[in-house]
Amino acid sequence: MRIWPIFKKELRLYFTSPVAWVVFTIFLLIGGYFFYSIFAFFTLASMQSAMNPAMGRDLNVTDSVMRPLFSNISVILLLLLPLVTMRLFAEERRSGTIELLLTYPVRDGAVLAGKYLSALALYAIMIGLTVLYPGIVMYFARLEWGPVLTGYLGLLLMGATFIAVGVFASSLTENQIVASITTFGVLLIFWILGWSADYAGGTTGKVLQFLSILEHNESFAKGVLDTKDILYYLNFTVLALFLTLRSLEARRWKG
Amino acid sequence: MIEVEHLTKNYGLVTAIRDVSFSVAAGQIVGFLGPNGAGKSTAMRILACFMPASSGTARVAGHDVFRESMEVRRRIGYLPESVPLYTDMRVAPYLDFVAEVKGVPRAERRRKVADVMDRCLVTEVQNRLIGKLSKGYRQRVGLAQAIVSDPEVLILDEPTIGLDPKQITEIRSLIKALAGQHTVILSTHILPEVSILCDAVIIINKGAIVAQGPIEALVEQFFPTARVEVEIVGPPPAVRDRIRAIPGVLSVQDQAGTNGDGRYVVEAARGRDVRAEIFQLAAQQRWDLLELKRVGMTLEEVFIRIVAGEEAAAGEAGENPRS
Repeated sequence: MRIWPIFKKELRLYFTSPVAWVVFTIFLLIGGYFFYSIFAFFTLASMQSAMNPAMGRDLNVTDSVMRPLFSNISVILLLLLPLVTMRLFAEERRSGTIELLLTYPVRDGAVLAGKYLSALALYAIMIGLTVLYPGIVMYFARLEWGPVLTGYLGLLLMGATFIAVGVFASSLTENQIVASITTFGVLLIFWILGWSADYAGGTTGKVLQFLSILEHNESFAKGVLDTKDILYYLNFTVLALFLTLRSLEARRWKG
Repeated sequence: MIEVEHLTKNYGLVTAIRDVSFSVAAGQIVGFLGPNGAGKSTAMRILACFMPASSGTARVAGHDVFRESMEVRRRIGYLPESVPLYTDMRVAPYLDFVAEVKGVPRAERRRKVADVMDRCLVTEVQNRLIGKLSKGYRQRVGLAQAIVSDPEVLILDEPTIGLDPKQITEIRSLIKALAGQHTVILSTHILPEVSILCDAVIIINKGAIVAQGPIEALVEQFFPTARVEVEIVGPPPAVRDRIRAIPGVLSVQDQAGTNGDGRYVVEAARGRDVRAEIFQLAAQQRWDLLELKRVGMTLEEVFIRIVAGEEAAAGEAGENPRS
């Protein structure tokens, strides 16, 4: 399996084109703003609770800063990751380079793995940059690292799923806009499924809640590692990648 | 080196190629000739393992393109018609990437890439973005990526299309230099190109092979006569009669477009050179011999005759066979 050269090429293309830089900048800008407002609000709340001890009983920097921060970051991901993945296959199809790539002695699976992992690596770097935020918190307060680490694991798993869906959408079309809108649409549907869970009630409600892509991320930020959530993301990812492989093969037969 | 048997490819209801069979010996350069839309690219895409055939088999170096695709892919270099390259990459890193994907060992990679840039004359642009290169340079980079792993077989789809005359000459000499060590199959609709480059030719029209073989054999097959053009100042009826009387001469006609002003086309049996006899005749009769030349039959005429014949047979004259 020659995953490595394809991985390298894709990752390099992210950085030689403006994509990586623009995505990083926007992500850190919005993420930083979220962090600032959450942290500033927390500062205000802790000052007030200094006068009112009853209010401060439940005040906890991990819970009040990092948890909302993680959930805010996942909203940015919902908007940004489809733009990261849209080019992976669609661009090659549009420019015709796929014809060369798929006649090199590499299996479709290796091409897919290389491309998928390159987007995942870019994403890992992206959320890696946000370690600055808990770093700042730690400077001022005592942070529990456990929930922070599981929170990052949750983000990584969720992002892995987003990217897999994005790669699949990109393999379906040669139009990058179509790929990114499809990705965004699919993810958003799975995102908002959970909203109707409350009033749907009963089994339907449970199923909807289980399908919700956001619901599964909640527990990570609380410091809970539930195999149910991990399996949800892994299954979702594997399914999307499997469909991508099928779609690549189908395209070959269609010519 | 390449064996194709009964290859057929359908796109939905459209048949792109139908029952195509041919073979190419090792070290040969074979031209794939046909009007646009004849199915050349389809056949090449199947050989390059980009897509599977609907039926029939194709083998490269003894390996089936469908069942042993990886074995075949290791042995081929492919240049699609549109020369698709990563426009955001620079030339040298791009070729290095291709070499790595094609499995050139790390130790040899740098040398091979440098060597191939040298052969394809792209060394001076190695640090430029591919997207900023001229068409001619892109074509050469495309060729470089095809040969960087030293494949046994090269599949080149219209390698000179869209180039200026100087660039065409350069690419042709490059391909010519590849012969011998590589088996080359190239498609084109430029006829002189085939005569210049190829050992043998496969003519394809509307998805089916209409003629194939070495160029001389094809010319012989379709033009069984030797042709001489003469310009003689003398009484036309006498000139015609006397020339026709020369043994081996089959016919004497006025050249096309001339109006009995003394220029003739003489058809003789293949292998007969009647020029000396015509000269003697003119000298004897005191006619002024102004011009005497043997006309080689060109592939172009073969092609037009075949394709036009096909068209006529199919009763469709509407399509321009060389468009």
